[in-house]
Amino acid sequence: MAASVSFGTNPVPPRGGAGLKPEHYRTILDSAPDVGWFEVHAENYMGEGGPPHAYLTAIRERYPVSLHGVGLSIGGAGPLDKAHLSRLRVLADRYEPGLFSEHLAWSSHDSVYLNDLLPLPYTDATLSRVCDHIDEVHDAMARPMLLENPSTYVAYAETTMSEIEFLRAVVRRTGCGLLLDVNNVFVQAINHGFDPFDYLDAFPAEHVREIHLGGHAEDEDAGGAPLLIDDHGREVAGPVWTLYAEALKKTGPVPTLIEWDNDVPAWEGLFAEAKRADAAIAACRTSQPGPAGASPRP
Amino acid sequence: MGTAMDNEAAFARALLDAEAAVPAGIEGREGGGAERRFAVYRNNVHANLVDVLAGRFPVSAKLVGDAFFRAMARIYVAKTPPDSAVLLRYGGGFADFVAGFPPAAPVPYLADVARLEWAWHGAYHAADAEPLPQEALAALVPRAERLALTLHPSLRLVRSNYPLVTIWERAARDGGDEPVRLPAGGEDALVLRPALEVEVRRLPEGGAVFIQALQDGARLPEAAASASAAALAFDLAASLAGLMRSGAVVGTSGSA
Repeated sequence: MAASVSFGTNPVPPRGGAGLKPEHYRTILDSAPDVGWFEVHAENYMGEGGPPHAYLTAIRERYPVSLHGVGLSIGGAGPLDKAHLSRLRVLADRYEPGLFSEHLAWSSHDSVYLNDLLPLPYTDATLSRVCDHIDEVHDAMARPMLLENPSTYVAYAETTMSEIEFLRAVVRRTGCGLLLDVNNVFVQAINHGFDPFDYLDAFPAEHVREIHLGGHAEDEDAGGAPLLIDDHGREVAGPVWTLYAEALKKTGPVPTLIEWDNDVPAWEGLFAEAKRADAAIAACRTSQPGPAGASPRP
Repeated sequence: MGTAMDNEAAFARALLDAEAAVPAGIEGREGGGAERRFAVYRNNVHANLVDVLAGRFPVSAKLVGDAFFRAMARIYVAKTPPDSAVLLRYGGGFADFVAGFPPAAPVPYLADVARLEWAWHGAYHAADAEPLPQEALAALVPRAERLALTLHPSLRLVRSNYPLVTIWERAARDGGDEPVRLPAGGEDALVLRPALEVEVRRLPEGGAVFIQALQDGARLPEAAASASAAALAFDLAASLAGLMRSGAVVGTSGSA
């Protein structure tokens, strides 16, 4: 369906934003909270009509919006789903999001959708495939995409390069931007036993256009080593806020989303986390101008 | 190592089959075992999809209890994983699965409740349309002989041999686990979202046949004849007024 209204360009500002949940539609419209922007999961708005579109339209009239896909399976071995790609394009044309992002992961095999963000090995072959897929997304969407670093629980014996090397190569070859999920960095570091600050140091911060923060659950693996589960089901953990402050020093002020998708709290709980991100961004602005070449938006 | 597609297939198969071993080449920390770690993915896939179904069929879940519902849904997920990343479409086969799921047989109307909930979900996400105002009815009557009605895209019918709407209303209100005396006979439900709220109504006798005929493109006299043949008590004027009042009619054709 064609958009009946044009929202015009409305860039996502370098402020705290919140993942938009149906539980909060009414409160947001009634209380008009001073939150920088909202992000939506694209697939939740692929119905034809009804309350999801009515509320998103009303919220889009008042706030900048970012579109975040969870189902494109960019890291998959097979071809991208062209029908899904065109559904994404229709949504982007309708809501004119300030940012569009997807994951370094796969989630479909053949025609089965597995509804999880699954890991891929990092090899020359997977690098070529991911780059081809991102080129295809760029062509289909006619707007740049941001690629999000994953959280994973297992590794592949066939992997030949680090995640950072892989991401750097993808950016170089495709020109895509990066979505730095700081919680995923922390989860990865604990689950695979590396220093998250080293990862951040090596991360190509100059290409980061958006940051994600979210909660994780704590478990352990069969060997008794800690295993963190990226469940987006609670507040952002203390160490992740610390890591975030460090990340901001490298990226400069960038739009920062709070993801809270399970056991969703009352709006005030999510809003408080977004305000905390706002405060961290403000602190980063006053402490330093940010590294040369880092800019909040292209 | 097989091809990338083979490896991905093995990973996907092991996710859906709880008995399967961790795929070759998958490791834990520092090359260690990955049983427990792989199980996180397996659990995510199943638990998330069961959650989707529990959210989509909440009254069905109330009727049989959460534990029974989740166990049943988990079997459905393993047999019928989603075929689209648009999870809004997931669950269309669930009611038929419930109908053929022997442990659910003691609740014979469960499948119909699931059908009603799927219709509710479909109506919620259906295309939007502006209902004709009630006042338009009077203008239609003189042309009724040649008139066909365009019904709202959200409109769905669920016909049942059980008192479906009564069961659904009571379970939604009371929790559904206390025994209730049900009225005898079946009920047909009209599910409709004229604006933002989904409404579920009990149809009078012949109402479902009438609306189905209209949905199939029949003109008013033919639709009324079908309904009268199915139910002697069918009342055209009342059914038409009810349709208009509920916001089910969005347009007319064949009036020229």
